[in-house]
Amino acid sequence: MTATVDTPRRPVPVDTRRRTSPRRYLPLQVLLGFLVIYFLIPFWWVIVNSSKNAGGLFGGGSSLWFADDIDYVANFTQLFTFQDGIYLRWLGNSALYALVGGVGATVLAVAAGYGFAKYRFIGRRLSFSILLGSVMVPATALVIPTFILFSELGLTNTIWAVILPTLLNPFGVYLMHVYARDAVPDELLDAGRVDGAGDFRIFVQLALPMLRPAIVTVLLLSVVASWNNYFLPLAMLSDNRLFPVTVGIGLWQGLASANNAGGTSLWSIIILGSLVSVIPLIIAFLTLQRYWQGGLSIGSLK
Amino acid sequence: MTVDLAQSAVTPASAPTARRRRRRGRQSLIGWGFVAPFAIVFLALLVAPLLFALYLSLFQNQLIGGERFVLFDNYVKAFTDDSFLNGVWFVVRFSVVLIPLQMAVSLAVALMLDVLTGAFSRFSRLMVFLPYAIPAVIGALMWGFLYSKSFGPLAEIFGMFGLVGPDFLSRNLIFVGLLNIVIWQWAGYYMIILYAALQGIDPTLYEAARIDGASQWQIIFRIKIPLIAPALVLILVFALIGTLQFFNEPQILRYLAAGAIPADFTPNMYAYQQAFALANYNYGSAISFALGAVVFICVYLFMFITRKRGSFLS
Repeated sequence: MTATVDTPRRPVPVDTRRRTSPRRYLPLQVLLGFLVIYFLIPFWWVIVNSSKNAGGLFGGGSSLWFADDIDYVANFTQLFTFQDGIYLRWLGNSALYALVGGVGATVLAVAAGYGFAKYRFIGRRLSFSILLGSVMVPATALVIPTFILFSELGLTNTIWAVILPTLLNPFGVYLMHVYARDAVPDELLDAGRVDGAGDFRIFVQLALPMLRPAIVTVLLLSVVASWNNYFLPLAMLSDNRLFPVTVGIGLWQGLASANNAGGTSLWSIIILGSLVSVIPLIIAFLTLQRYWQGGLSIGSLK
Repeated sequence: MTVDLAQSAVTPASAPTARRRRRRGRQSLIGWGFVAPFAIVFLALLVAPLLFALYLSLFQNQLIGGERFVLFDNYVKAFTDDSFLNGVWFVVRFSVVLIPLQMAVSLAVALMLDVLTGAFSRFSRLMVFLPYAIPAVIGALMWGFLYSKSFGPLAEIFGMFGLVGPDFLSRNLIFVGLLNIVIWQWAGYYMIILYAALQGIDPTLYEAARIDGASQWQIIFRIKIPLIAPALVLILVFALIGTLQFFNEPQILRYLAAGAIPADFTPNMYAYQQAFALANYNYGSAISFALGAVVFICVYLFMFITRKRGSFLS
């Protein structure tokens, strides 16, 4: 039962799989088509409606098609100039938090996962069980305790209040451990030692290149978790110049809803702002798909 | 020198053992060297906040007398507090409905994509996964727009058939509205995990089953699903942890769904309200801690029950 699961992932040779005869699976293809439409509808809605001005949005035209006048230019101008161009600053903040936090978390996870996988040290079993237990502690349960701790230390409302908690990624350590255990043969490390290479050099020059798919996956997961984070920065930050884009748009949305009459012009830039904020990650996923498609399954295949 | 030789001749194992022990000591040191940076972060950002929250949760801040040690009074209060209990009841109900549905959707898509090949299948895989790259806030906002009476298409579509569109932001249907958002957001991620697991199955098994006269459905239920059980357990655990901690989506929809989502809708929202709107850190800590403990115990029990060879965390 587990024999095949235990074998490492191998590329499935396409030729041995029976070719899909389109006619045979036509109902399946149609069903899949409907599902794809379902998953794409919100994107379509946002793309269409970010082209509209307030008149187009509330004018009663179809909400799934463009209005007569496509107003991207005016909306973009308004988005990037509203409140002295704070939106651009939010995007920059998001990028800063995601990159610094994501890269930091990945470096820590790679080193720790490799250490757990390849060294037999005192307290290893105990600390690894604690790590596995902590995977089950949800990140949001830590937000309020961390906030209270940070406010004692005077760290709230600084960039560190968002970046430091992002560094903690126990699941990343677990993924790296599983991957390093199978992908880096002990014999190779021993050969490196016989040749007189130090442990750190062996790690950097021999192990790291073999860990690349897992590293990209952990990096991508960390960056996404950080870019998409809402609860943590919402709790930690009060200065809106430090907000990431998620909290910023949430703020605008609150403004627009609270103030229905004056808020109508805000909706166009909220919609466009939502669209712009998802583009970087979509690009990251599309360009890196070669890596993450295999990497995401690491945790589930032993 | 001669003594050394003699000794090693008498106890040939002693020198290598000493060396091995020394090597093991060195290994231990280097191993810790790799793990230490993470361990420090772990202690500072997981253990310390939790201990601090536990400590705070044992106190109450009163108008007269200031901070007072009350032991478990905050927990007694939480577990008799209707706001907290209703929140817990909501997330439990939500998990019970959401998780099977979500798993069914992601499993169905993964099974379809496993059978179909070609460009359309690859394209679909990416498109179904896409929502995962969208921040929960933005996802909730997008669906909030679609649900909205003022600029959503629902009224329009139902109007074509002479019907009144459902209002997923109303008190009655907000459950369904949130269900749809979460499925949309996460099904693709789970689908990719299941799909990768399915692709890892040896195709000769299917050939063998087919020769034995197995139908497509039998292959699915007797071969594919049992073989990807570890992946199913993994996503179930993820979904359970995520749902019990529900916060982002209802928090964002609160503005759009006037009245349907109170401030104590989920336990996390209640803790947030206590800590930030009311500056009641002691009680907020107690709720956070109680919730974290409930999630941990639920998940741990679940893992224990489903534990078997080859499953996650075994």
